[in-house]
Amino acid sequence: MSTLSDPPQEQFRLSMLVNDTRYRSLTFQAIAALLLALSIWYLGNNLIQNLRAAGLNISYDFLGNPAGYDINQRLVEYDNQDSHGRAALVGILNTLLVAFLACITATIFGVIAGVLRLSNNWLVSKLMAVYVEIFRNIPVLIWIIIIFTIMTAALPGPRAFRGDDPASTMVLDLFAFTNRGVYIPMPWFESGIFASAALNWLLVLAVLVGSFVATRKIEAWASHKQEETGVRPKTLFMVLGVWLVPFLLLMVIMGLSWEVPALKGFNFQGGIKIGGPLIALWFALSIYTGAFIAENVRAGIQAISKGQTEAAAALGLRPGRIMNLVVLPQALRVIIPPLISQYLNITKNSSLAIAVGYADITATLGGITLNQTGRAIECVLLLMLFYLTASLVISMVMNVYNASVKLKER
Amino acid sequence: MSDKTTNPIAFVAKGTIPPAPPPASQAGVVKWVRDNLFSSVPNGVLTLVALAVIYLLLQKTVPWLVNGVWTTSSLNECREVLDGRVGACFSVLTERWHQLLYGFKYPADQYWRPNLALVLLLVAAAPVLFFDLPRKLLIFTGLYPFIAFWLIWGGTIMAPIVALVGFVAAGAVFQIYGRGSFALGFFGGIATALIVWTLGGMLIPEGASDNAMLQAVPSRDLGGFMLNLMLGVTCVSLSLPLGIALALGRQSDMPLIKWICVVFIEFVRGVPLITLLFVASVMLAYFFPPDATVDLFLRVVIMITLFSAAYIAEVIRGGLAALPKGQYEAADSLGLDYPQAMRLIILPQALKISIPGIVNVAVGLFKDTTLVSVISMFDLVGMIRGPILASTEWNGVYWELLGFAAFLFFIVCYGISQYSQWLERRLATDHR
Repeated sequence: MSTLSDPPQEQFRLSMLVNDTRYRSLTFQAIAALLLALSIWYLGNNLIQNLRAAGLNISYDFLGNPAGYDINQRLVEYDNQDSHGRAALVGILNTLLVAFLACITATIFGVIAGVLRLSNNWLVSKLMAVYVEIFRNIPVLIWIIIIFTIMTAALPGPRAFRGDDPASTMVLDLFAFTNRGVYIPMPWFESGIFASAALNWLLVLAVLVGSFVATRKIEAWASHKQEETGVRPKTLFMVLGVWLVPFLLLMVIMGLSWEVPALKGFNFQGGIKIGGPLIALWFALSIYTGAFIAENVRAGIQAISKGQTEAAAALGLRPGRIMNLVVLPQALRVIIPPLISQYLNITKNSSLAIAVGYADITATLGGITLNQTGRAIECVLLLMLFYLTASLVISMVMNVYNASVKLKER
Repeated sequence: MSDKTTNPIAFVAKGTIPPAPPPASQAGVVKWVRDNLFSSVPNGVLTLVALAVIYLLLQKTVPWLVNGVWTTSSLNECREVLDGRVGACFSVLTERWHQLLYGFKYPADQYWRPNLALVLLLVAAAPVLFFDLPRKLLIFTGLYPFIAFWLIWGGTIMAPIVALVGFVAAGAVFQIYGRGSFALGFFGGIATALIVWTLGGMLIPEGASDNAMLQAVPSRDLGGFMLNLMLGVTCVSLSLPLGIALALGRQSDMPLIKWICVVFIEFVRGVPLITLLFVASVMLAYFFPPDATVDLFLRVVIMITLFSAAYIAEVIRGGLAALPKGQYEAADSLGLDYPQAMRLIILPQALKISIPGIVNVAVGLFKDTTLVSVISMFDLVGMIRGPILASTEWNGVYWELLGFAAFLFFIVCYGISQYSQWLERRLATDHR
């Protein structure tokens, strides 16, 4: 008796496309492809007909035409005779600026609030719980508007700073908080090594990067020594020296001085002006997203089992070192993936700039340019392309970092 | 020695000594304060800082709230009444509450309709939210969308009835043919619904809405917090089935379907909602047939639904991935086909795991409905920034209005998240 034999080789029959699970997926995919093609054709056909009826075409030539509108807050040179493309570039840089600033401050707020919420101080942990619940449960648009209103309605105008007995005074004689924006002192170089200010700042940046690299080297050397001898050499003064000496030397050589804002005419002149919309957007995004990050941080720390802390304590580590050497490195693995998506959220939520008139990419390309040129389809597509790229880049960078701190399993 | 033998015991306790109360520093309020507020020097400093912050906040807000004026008819009158004191001008809320809640064009004598729709919404949502209620109530939940549509938009009652008949017919077809083959039942149901709607559409006479029992209200007249609630509820409920389909599609073995879903989900998650709302307001019209006029409300609903469907799909994908592989294999070994396995084994468990995530998405989406104010729809934020703050009487009443909006959103969102936590505890069947 043969117990096993090869199943008879079946001929392929057409009915197997419906009845045989091995081939049925082909049928479904064919149907899906057909439906997809049909809907694309239908939508495309509608689009062509509508465009023809409206006498429009798809063209990106408008990006080269003069924009004709001014932008207050800008990182690169721009005036209203520049092209729409240039205006979009200003918008892109503004979006990146506010997203970058908000990511940093949101992380700071979030980590502080998350750690304090776990504090054994009852009052502080309850206060942080209230902060988190209030900010998470109210739309970010309302927060942006509230803070913008504080900026414009509650702060004094430049006029209030005038006279012998002014109603408002500058903080420390350096910072001016007005309803037109916040003015802070601007550092500049009297005798820069290069003629252009940008190159001088690049030099400063290069020195700082060099100090950072040197610090890493010193730490590595100290760890190596510790492995060999069991005693970690004291590195504090070396690290301080590596950071401070080149930096201070450079500052002295280049002659660092500060341009302090001063009231001239109807407004403050000099210094760096940070516009009200930028501050509103920056601060609102920071505290709103900070509340979410606080929850992620709390969850991350709580995810580390108590045994880890107790084991570290049994080894004789002090509480600070337990946090730094045992809890945080493990908690970071839990915290970072949701942190990435919070950074993505900040970048996407920065598009709410349009509600307070901050000239980000949504307000320039998707707002004024769209309304002036009427090129709705092109503008919206470009806008989406920018945000898609930004999202992909952020998640790529953060994924690389995530992979570097991930648990190495063998 | 001799002393001790004559009087061996110097002291004999006659009874048990009553336990002494713990030292004052180890009991009651003092101990609690010591343990929780001043356990160490840094902790003490933190407590003092926190107290200072609370004091500053209360010092600003309490007089403002207590001195609030509720009865004037403009900001100037408010200031006269307050006479220099710090105080809120809540009269803007008493005077404009109808605009804040219903928008400025919804007919005033018809406010009972959205109110009734809201009450019925609670009734309809109850059996979905609380499993202990009798399952018969779900019939009402099924009828609710049609009742709510008729209540809010008014007009001829024929339109929702035709829509309902279409769904019922499709359900019947699915019941009959779906037993043999899921696909046959599914596509048959869709075809039936389309046929019923087309035929029914012809039955509704032209101008049926003019003398209807309920006065017809066009979509552009909807506004205020009602608009936020309507967008939130509609889009979340529509995006759930779509999200489940997308999540299943992303897990599918069929490459084409998988890639369609992946591209859609990643695209939508990569762009901000505002750009999708721009699509709804300026771009979507180009993709409809030239003679069709689709109103803004419907276009916005379409885009927000697609938006939240992508997020819900990712949440559900997480739930699907969290299921042990044994569950899929067990379903296969029982001989269940794909729709049966999904319906009976996989999805009930995956959805249970995903509930907190889905609620998060729902809360986020509800908050995001405020974004429609950017494309000039007059939702709660749009009403505040538009007609109310621009009016001569109330120009400058920022805090009362924004605080009211924040309060409304906080109540709803906090309520939902509390419900979700309760549900999580309720559904926890794992052994801890």
